[in-house]
Amino acid sequence: MSGGLEGRVRRVGDHVNSDYIIASRRKRETLDGGILKAYLFEAVDPGFASSVRPGDILVAGRNFGCGSAMEVAATVILAAGFTVVIAETFARAFYWNAVNNGLMPVAAPTAGCLEGDRIVLESDAGRVPIFNARTGVRVSGAALPPPMAAILSAGGLVPYVKRHGRLPV
Amino acid sequence: MAGRTISEQILSARAGRDVRAGDIVVCAVDLVVGTDASGPMAIDCFERMGGARLFDPTRVIFSLDHYAPPTSAETRAFHDRVRSFAAQYGAECLRVGDGISHQVIVDRRRVAPGQLVVGADSHTVTCGALNLFAVGVGSSDLAAAMLTGQMWLRVPETIRVTLSGRRAAGVAAKDVALAVLAEVGTDGADYQAIEWTGDGLASFSIDDRLVLSNLAVEMGAKAAIGPFDSVLSAWTGAGRGAGGPADQTRRGAGVPAGQSKFDGAFPAPVDGTAVRADPDARYVRQVAIDLTGLSALASAPDDPGNVLAVTEVAGAPVHMVFIGTCTGGRASDFREVLRVLTLTGGRLAPGVQLVLTPASADVERALVADGTHQRLAAIGGEWTTAGCGACCGTSGVIPVAGTTVLSTANRNFKARMGEPTASIYLASPATCAASAAAGRIVASPEDDAWR
Repeated sequence: MSGGLEGRVRRVGDHVNSDYIIASRRKRETLDGGILKAYLFEAVDPGFASSVRPGDILVAGRNFGCGSAMEVAATVILAAGFTVVIAETFARAFYWNAVNNGLMPVAAPTAGCLEGDRIVLESDAGRVPIFNARTGVRVSGAALPPPMAAILSAGGLVPYVKRHGRLPV
Repeated sequence: MAGRTISEQILSARAGRDVRAGDIVVCAVDLVVGTDASGPMAIDCFERMGGARLFDPTRVIFSLDHYAPPTSAETRAFHDRVRSFAAQYGAECLRVGDGISHQVIVDRRRVAPGQLVVGADSHTVTCGALNLFAVGVGSSDLAAAMLTGQMWLRVPETIRVTLSGRRAAGVAAKDVALAVLAEVGTDGADYQAIEWTGDGLASFSIDDRLVLSNLAVEMGAKAAIGPFDSVLSAWTGAGRGAGGPADQTRRGAGVPAGQSKFDGAFPAPVDGTAVRADPDARYVRQVAIDLTGLSALASAPDDPGNVLAVTEVAGAPVHMVFIGTCTGGRASDFREVLRVLTLTGGRLAPGVQLVLTPASADVERALVADGTHQRLAAIGGEWTTAGCGACCGTSGVIPVAGTTVLSTANRNFKARMGEPTASIYLASPATCAASAAAGRIVASPEDDAWR
């Protein structure tokens, strides 16, 4: 992450469950993220999916990804073009599903972060500072524990296990 | 050093060393459970990991519960994928209509106290009621467990929930679970485990306890573990009688690859080890619920955490009543529905559709055997194939646009049942039955509010 990652904020709220990320009935038709991404957040923000641009950063409130443990909730966000999701807090299963697919979850204060803000994720040992260009405020995000960081840097759990033949730790 | 919670004890045993909350550990798993929803992606992950065999085919099970039956070429293809993988690798694949994965493994005694069970379904946590650590994961983690027999996790802190006093008549386990959800909050147990304790639990049957642990995932809990007491001891004892301890499938008795093709019969029940928290175990939070003062509750749209007294939502018109799911689809739930419907006149209000979906084939057989099935059908209930049913819009009945649903399920998110404009309320089987008779949300006859 040296040099930082800059992008436009796409903002969603608190308690956005995995059914709101992608409805179970959509997953019934296909697991292909390239198709499912058209339905991202359809129940809560119908215009969202068509307005995502490359480099956008997804920013959420509390308990992002709660509810079902379905892994397409993480893969559809990746397919839509996000590589990072920042939330005040994450639901457990989503957090792991994100890391297992190479989608970087950052737990950080997000209250001051609004739709359209430009933010920069800076590199720092042990933490993930996030600078908001509109407000001038810098907050500190939590870095992943070492085993999860190893999985993320491998590109996910499948490439990690394929390479190492075992789980980390 | 402080004593250990139940989670710390189970995960220490499975990690082979003394571990405490906050430690990141690799644990040996006892049972790995996939579904038709999570399985196809897990199988894809397994193959891409280079998997050539399952760690132990007798400890991997797939269910066909989310698309039961498959009603499209796509869902049929998911079933074919899971079935052929299970056949190729010697694992068991349940049939359409056998029921919801985490209910079937309870019915058939594939889970036992002290185990670590991993399932790619968030409601796998339900099984924790049986004094074990059951956790829901995604497809990648499931694939890794299928391949290695291990999962890695962070040992959770534990919230101890103490239930005291006695429930009034008409207050169901569902109402108690909603009271705990209101107290803990929808993210109050994120990354944490729950332990159920207290003298109030003595009146909770195994079915009741499964309801408590089931709804813990709507609080964010990673696991929700019931006590090993006389109620559970009687349940495990009954299972032992059925299988006979001599030829039980023992954990750790891994069968070499190639010698263990599933032969169509479920392995005999597994034995278990009672796990009790140390008296000086450390808890992150203590929650006390006095059952004596509780009354019937409901979750209003569009979040399970919108918990209100039934009297506060009473009067809302009801068009579809859904009895089913891993929360409210057990035999005791349908018997309660029949009892309340009989009390309230033995008929449905005009225009109410009563959809009945057993959680499993064993549940269905029990209801046919005692006549509950036939009597609910005679009242006008519509039975559907055992499984997840209408819960998440993947199979079963989709609500009509703009209508209101009252359900025994666990989630009422917008569009959850496949229709974005339907409003979904969650309540106990008794409240659902009384409301089906009234055509609007009402408390069950036992509740004071009825009079």
